[in-house]
Amino acid sequence: MGARGNGLPSQPFNFAYLDEQTKKMIRRAILKAIAVPGHQVPFASREMPLPYGWGTGGIQVTAAILGADDTLKVIDQGADDTTNAVNIRRLFAKTAGVRTTTHTVEATVIQSRHRIPETPLREGQIMVFQVPIPEPLRWLEPRESETLKLHALADYGLMQVHLYEDVATHGRIAKSYDYPVMVHGRYLASPSPIPKFDNPKLDRNPALLLFGAGREKRIYAIPPYTEVKSLDFEDHPFTVERWDRPCALCGAVDSFLDEVITDDQGGRMFVCSDSDYCETRRTEVPDAADD
Amino acid sequence: MYVAVKGGERAIANAERLVAEERRGDPAVPELSLVQIGEQLTLAVDRVMGEGALYDPALAALAIKQARGDLIEAIFLLRAYRTTLPRLGDAQPMDTAAMLMERRISATFKDVPGGQVLGPTFDYTHRLLDFDLAGTAAQAEPVETAAVDAASMIPRVADLLGREGLIEPPPAARSDDVPDLTQAPLGFPTPRALRLQNLARGDEGFLLALGYSTQRGYGSTHPFAGEIRMGTVSVEYVPPELGFAIEIAEITVTECDMVNQFKGSSETPPQFTRGYGLVFGRSERKAMAMALVDRALRARELGEESGAPAQDEEFVLSHSDNVEASGFVQHLKLPHYVDFQSELTMVREMRAEWERAQSRPSTEAAE
Amino acid sequence: MTDAPLLRARGVTRAFDRLVACRNVSLELWPGEVLGIVGESGSGKTTLLRCLAGELVPTTGTVEFRTLENGLEDVHRMGEARRRFLMRTQWGVVHQNARDGLRMRVSAGGNVGERLMAAGARHYGRIRSEALAWLDRVELDRSRIDELPGLFSGGMQQRLQIARILVSKPRLVFLDEPTGGLDVSVQARLLDLLRRLTRDLGLAVIIVTHDLGVARLLTHRLMVMRQGRVVEEGLTDQVLDDPHDAYTQLLVASVIGA
Repeated sequence: MGARGNGLPSQPFNFAYLDEQTKKMIRRAILKAIAVPGHQVPFASREMPLPYGWGTGGIQVTAAILGADDTLKVIDQGADDTTNAVNIRRLFAKTAGVRTTTHTVEATVIQSRHRIPETPLREGQIMVFQVPIPEPLRWLEPRESETLKLHALADYGLMQVHLYEDVATHGRIAKSYDYPVMVHGRYLASPSPIPKFDNPKLDRNPALLLFGAGREKRIYAIPPYTEVKSLDFEDHPFTVERWDRPCALCGAVDSFLDEVITDDQGGRMFVCSDSDYCETRRTEVPDAADD
Repeated sequence: MYVAVKGGERAIANAERLVAEERRGDPAVPELSLVQIGEQLTLAVDRVMGEGALYDPALAALAIKQARGDLIEAIFLLRAYRTTLPRLGDAQPMDTAAMLMERRISATFKDVPGGQVLGPTFDYTHRLLDFDLAGTAAQAEPVETAAVDAASMIPRVADLLGREGLIEPPPAARSDDVPDLTQAPLGFPTPRALRLQNLARGDEGFLLALGYSTQRGYGSTHPFAGEIRMGTVSVEYVPPELGFAIEIAEITVTECDMVNQFKGSSETPPQFTRGYGLVFGRSERKAMAMALVDRALRARELGEESGAPAQDEEFVLSHSDNVEASGFVQHLKLPHYVDFQSELTMVREMRAEWERAQSRPSTEAAE
Repeated sequence: MTDAPLLRARGVTRAFDRLVACRNVSLELWPGEVLGIVGESGSGKTTLLRCLAGELVPTTGTVEFRTLENGLEDVHRMGEARRRFLMRTQWGVVHQNARDGLRMRVSAGGNVGERLMAAGARHYGRIRSEALAWLDRVELDRSRIDELPGLFSGGMQQRLQIARILVSKPRLVFLDEPTGGLDVSVQARLLDLLRRLTRDLGLAVIIVTHDLGVARLLTHRLMVMRQGRVVEEGLTDQVLDDPHDAYTQLLVASVIGA
């Protein structure tokens, strides 16, 4: 059996690691998910070479849809060079040999953990989100048997009560990331732990948005141009984060900024979380910011 | 001037080289071989096969070596490998009654047909560190083992009770349409077959604690160890081209039948109830814990009061897999600074509002 | 006004394995009526209430409710979505144990506002003022609107349950031992409130109780249950002043001032 002659098999991998049967199974789940926007479709998630909780859902979705002609971008916290993004890109380079890029505009598939790129997506692009807890009601109702019923009956009073409690206690809705949304007016969904800053980008986005939760074994989707509305009250409407200064590197005033501590005295600077966006702005307008 | 941190690729590559160095340890010390691990750390191999859900002692030994002895990491390696293997079909149900037994005990009767065969067990050893093992000893004398009659089938203790109708019958055997845990995600309520599959690959520590809790009053089931069997069984498969069964493997398993709290109903007189555990290899503690938890999870179907953790199906089955648990717990090491930044922004705003409210003269009350 | 009753039960029987908790119970209830179901513990009255309220499926028999939209509908044969919708809009249950009828981790205001939010209310200020208005109506201190129910006394938790249900303007309310575990004076105040509310809102009410004094005070009609069966029924005063059945006579005689 083995090429090593010690009873152990050799290890060839199929394109993008997963065997074709598994890819078919995942694609079927994806199609179901697209047909019912926001509805969580169970799928038989596989163990992957990365641990559960580190993006196996996103990886399985990407592996199932990736073709030889695709160009893949992988980001974590908005940046291409965070260790997790690097690791996942390496996995696909090793097992699929597809072209990779750091430029949002060049990518056909973008896998992301916790951010949506600042550069607007276009028709034909697919965004794959890594999702830890796909169930938006999980913290209010731990039983899967009960949350399934609530979704089936569109019985979402519990979530609105939770928002009411926030306003009563804090004077505002106190969710800043993983902010719950209504998809296509029917299903309550978790947009994954993106900051609420990114929620507006979900609404009627021209790209296909796919969400993969490996450990929890669920896939869901927001097809292009679907209405996505963040929950709120009429008199406490949804708002996004703001900063009182531009990016220290490129001068952008419309992007999500990371706070970087620069010295022991608490000195800090704010820079774009989206590394590609920032770099592109800096190369196009070299004197965008002085500092 | 701030320069964004780069070089993630190099950092990862260096980390991998460091792991390889640490794994090898002092080059002057002989390298561990897979054969050594298989022969001398057999129980570790058994655990990795069981929770890795793949019977292959050589691969399990390799996983243990690669994982530097971290068994949960080794289990992960084996499961990830399992993902790459093609599925050919389902084997025939294993006939553990035909087991070639190395060990067989029962706590419910002083003696039973087939006898009480201790086999290789730690049970009656004194737990004193044996410093003679510190060196490599001279060859020991072979041990006298009981002549286990391979030809005769040794009846199960449960079947002996069953003949008098004293214990509930085992679930009806079915080889068609058995649900498969790896083909569809778990739903609740869960049929017993899927519960047992989940428990069979479940973390031994988790199940041990839950089983222990039932013995201390958290959903007690009054268990007796009806029978524990350990030995080899044949695995048979019916290839579609042949139409008859062929033996494809002989594997070692440990099986535990627990005899539990009796129960009667309007249709049947009181009978003992069952708990079942089955694992690869010699992981006896795991087989026993599994049987205790299996019985506890049957509380609902047996119409018993349930509220103890070991009886909570969704709780037990959702958290029994150490590959999932380890992944998610350790994922907290991944950067979360964007979400943290969102929280920071919000808390700062809330603090500013609070300051403004404090400095304002108080007007209205709660509204 | 129509001539169909608001609630109709026919031959409701519910068994648990060999124990028949309630047997062959039939009744009709019209808007504005208050019906009492009395009996000792083990008489089957709570099981009957749960079957009538849609929480438990009868082994045999039917329960029908006259909905606003469709006239009489079979409560247990309608789909779960419809039943859950009706249970939180057109009728409600005040549970004996407040923990069964309230969300203990949600504030009083959140509890009262829930039915409104489930029905689509999305204006925080208006939800809150309506919650405050209902707290007033059930005589709870409105300054406690943001407190958790666990901090309320038993009597206050009952009132909170009542407010939580009435906010959706149901036509039928079930009360399971509403005064159980409460001080006599607290009971009296609660009964006062209930009497006022049922009169002012024209509710139909079914009260399950072992307390004949409560029955006397609140109900128009009475059903006496023993070991799962209805042994006597009729106008409350008649049943209590002139009981025919031997068991009822015993029950009445054993209560001082019933």
